[in-house]
Amino acid sequence: MRRMGNQPRGLIEALHTVQEIFGYLDLDALRYVAASLRVPLSRAYGVATFYHFFTLKPPGEHTCVVCIGTACYIKGAPLLLDELKQELGVKPGQTTPDGKVSVLGARCLGSCGLAPAVVYDREVAGKVTPQALRRRVMQWKSHVS
Amino acid sequence: MSPEELEQIVEAERERQAQFKHTVKVCVAAGCVSCQSEGVKSALEKEVSRRHGEAECQVKGVGCMGLCAEGPLVAVGDRALYQHVAEGDAPAILDSLEGPSVDRLNCPTDVPFFQKQQKIVLENSGNIDPERIEDYIAAGGYSALMKVLGEMTPMQVIEEITRSGLRGRGGAGYPTGLKWSTVSKAVGERKYVICNADEGDPGAFMDRSVLESDPHRVLEGMLIAAHAIGASEGYIYVRAEYPLAIKRLRTAIKQAERLGLLGSNISGSRLTFHIDLRLGAGAFVCGEETALIASVEGRRGIPRPRPPYPAQEGLFGEPTLINNVETFANVAPIIRNGGAWYAAIGTEKSKGTKVFALAGSIKNTGLVEVPMGTSLRQIVFEIGGGISEGREFKAVQTGGPSGGCLPAQFLDMPVDYENLAKAGSIMGSGGMIVMDDSSCMVDVARFFMDFCMSESCGKCIPCRAGTYHMHAILDKVTKHLASAHDLSQLEELADLLKNTSLCGLGQSAPNPVMSTLRYFAEEYRAHVEEHRCPAGVCKNGPKDGKQ
Repeated sequence: MRRMGNQPRGLIEALHTVQEIFGYLDLDALRYVAASLRVPLSRAYGVATFYHFFTLKPPGEHTCVVCIGTACYIKGAPLLLDELKQELGVKPGQTTPDGKVSVLGARCLGSCGLAPAVVYDREVAGKVTPQALRRRVMQWKSHVS
Repeated sequence: MSPEELEQIVEAERERQAQFKHTVKVCVAAGCVSCQSEGVKSALEKEVSRRHGEAECQVKGVGCMGLCAEGPLVAVGDRALYQHVAEGDAPAILDSLEGPSVDRLNCPTDVPFFQKQQKIVLENSGNIDPERIEDYIAAGGYSALMKVLGEMTPMQVIEEITRSGLRGRGGAGYPTGLKWSTVSKAVGERKYVICNADEGDPGAFMDRSVLESDPHRVLEGMLIAAHAIGASEGYIYVRAEYPLAIKRLRTAIKQAERLGLLGSNISGSRLTFHIDLRLGAGAFVCGEETALIASVEGRRGIPRPRPPYPAQEGLFGEPTLINNVETFANVAPIIRNGGAWYAAIGTEKSKGTKVFALAGSIKNTGLVEVPMGTSLRQIVFEIGGGISEGREFKAVQTGGPSGGCLPAQFLDMPVDYENLAKAGSIMGSGGMIVMDDSSCMVDVARFFMDFCMSESCGKCIPCRAGTYHMHAILDKVTKHLASAHDLSQLEELADLLKNTSLCGLGQSAPNPVMSTLRYFAEEYRAHVEEHRCPAGVCKNGPKDGKQ
């Protein structure tokens, strides 16, 4: 924030930094950012909810991002989402009630050569089958930490 | 940095390269990185140092080599290209430096995929190390900037770009020379250059690849533009979803600043130019220039009516030049070789080359660069290697959610801005998704409408409500619940959105629907009248008894 001279124009950058550190944007963080940059809280909230990249909910212990770009869609991403819904009972954007796994949908990871692609935590996996996906997610679920 | 100093860097770098007997190049762009190419690179490095051959053999990370489907790719000098390389292959590859190549890894390079391409934007991709500015300079980088600063007036630069016939590669195809001259004539306290790297089209990854493989090329293009229009500040608006591209851009900017290629009084001239990054946050509409400007200013990415165009009133109310990554990437070669050279490539109205990202049901998924006017058949069947798994070609989708689906009858059409528009699609940024007979076109149309619906910023009603309704109807069609009346309403809505939406997102959102209605009417009819999906994708019909 200081790098941007505490200017209102640095709002998006500031939110990026907060989300990078805390994993999500809670109300306290939004209040703090808005006050430091001297923008109304409504604007900070507006920006945070406008962009898909920002999330106001804490993420689960693990995240599973399914690419639903065109190439992945054609190569079977909907089947992967069905699998997750069956196994975990969650849809993209939701976290399992035990807080273990968050499922997200991505608008194209740009790894179309690997379609359908899934990002497990931070690692990209290509040509994912519903079976492989289930194995991986079940591992997370059963893993006691 | 003076031209002489630049020459010294070229000499020094060439000498450095010459001391190595062998060069092993490993692709470190995102496609290959996601198949663990970095592990391959460190395995190769370890193996080289184990053999005490560091002085003889260098292992170099390079940008995208194009054939992303076969990654990780490793090239040994000009002699061989290896595909699907694993860490355990390192000893075999190093053995092959002095002997015959490793047959089981060989990727044939005498095929149309490599032979039929013409590389301008991607000339350095796969050859230079994207994280070393010296490598870019040795490949002729920044010489165009020196030429511009030393020998050309801003007017001459604009004339050269105009002569080249270069058109905006973001999709709309606005003549770049004209845009530059408008901004240069506009009056303002300061002017800005923005590079649009918010590649939002699902299925398009050209810009990302250019940024990851050759970031300095984009900086050089922006610098030349700054000189031409008299700007002092530049921004690159890049998607936050591309961490690798962001990292490489940051490195590149630091390196250019260190050498005095960015900063005050560059090369002793009057040009002062700084570049900063702005991260997008996942909003497709921010590819629209007025929305992008709002986002750079730290606000919600919502477009505003034009005029005034950004060329007059853009970022912070000042004249602003916005071009796409690929457009900027074309600038340096045009200055180096002249506008006439560029204008000799391509068709009458669309000059130069275009990079396409081939994906979907195609054998050679990856990045290709071909002259404008190449036919779809050549791109899909010769270069792309045809449809995968012996299925049948059904359609090719260009331009992402704003483009259309073209059936087989257009395969022999030369690809340029005008022809694609005539056929009901658009050039777009260059994503090309190939579909086979297992895809249902109604389902595809619904998929794109779902995308537009959730990406609509909500400012204007035709787009906000129109995309919602169109999606609802398409959803009904895929569930076999629609009637003929729904189809005619779909067409009416498409017309409404096209003519009354505020920005490009809404205006082009009906394109996938209209093109599929036009070319694949049979499929819609089968869904509506016979309650069946010819491709077998839409199953939730009343006939199946599910739901």
